[in-house]
Amino acid sequence: MTTIPLFHVLVLSSLLFAIGFIGVVARKNTLFILMSLEVMLNAVGVAFIGAGSAWQQADGQVMFILILTLAAAEVAVGLALLIRMQKKYRSLDIDLLNEMRG
Amino acid sequence: MLTDLATIDSLFYLAATVAVIASLKVVTGSNTVHALLYLVVSLLAVAVCFYLMGAPFAAGLEVIVYAGAILVLFVFAVLMFGLGKDETINAPKSKSVTNMFGAMLLAFALLLELTVIINNAQIQQTLQANVVSSKAVGIMLYGPYLLAVEIASFLLLAGLLAGYHYAKPDVQGSQL
Repeated sequence: MTTIPLFHVLVLSSLLFAIGFIGVVARKNTLFILMSLEVMLNAVGVAFIGAGSAWQQADGQVMFILILTLAAAEVAVGLALLIRMQKKYRSLDIDLLNEMRG
Repeated sequence: MLTDLATIDSLFYLAATVAVIASLKVVTGSNTVHALLYLVVSLLAVAVCFYLMGAPFAAGLEVIVYAGAILVLFVFAVLMFGLGKDETINAPKSKSVTNMFGAMLLAFALLLELTVIINNAQIQQTLQANVVSSKAVGIMLYGPYLLAVEIASFLLLAGLLAGYHYAKPDVQGSQL
């Protein structure tokens, strides 16, 4: 680790995670919910990289790469579903989906 | 001189502040494209943080994959939505120029920071000493984490198939 204390990295990570979480919970536009999910995944990546460099281990970066692939797959499926939703409802309001029957 | 005053700590806190501000603007934004711009700035700021933490490989990946690929995917999707009418009608009209120049200003701060980092020999020396090399990451990936890599490749394949299946145009008379 360089001179940056791990605690401050974790504070940054939890701040970003909280911001993303608020976005996921509070927004109604599904596209913004996806973007907030990206912010949340990114925050987890910050925590992994910070911990990995604090102990000078490569595991943190490996986990970050796995998170990266997860984010890519999630965004591909999510955006495809959004395109489907836009075609069907002509809107991205997530409340339109509350009539789903399981 | 500004470059002599700058330490790794202060540069990290500056980049972290930029990341938090940009993320807040993403979450509270009303215009989709502006929010995407701020998301790019947020990811770049986090990449600078990674670089300062001694993970230049992760920083490069963050820029190339996140800001380069995933965000471009977002932009394409927004273009396909035709900039949703509900967005532009329901969103409050913003008259301030800060909406347009805010993201640019934050990105410019990051650029300034990067030039300071590159120009400062002392910072470079400290960073070089603390780097977790990408070689070690590669050895880990194809050693103990080989199964995880295989599963990730399956995940990407599943994402590809699902994206293709859901986004393809409707064939007449066929169910989803």
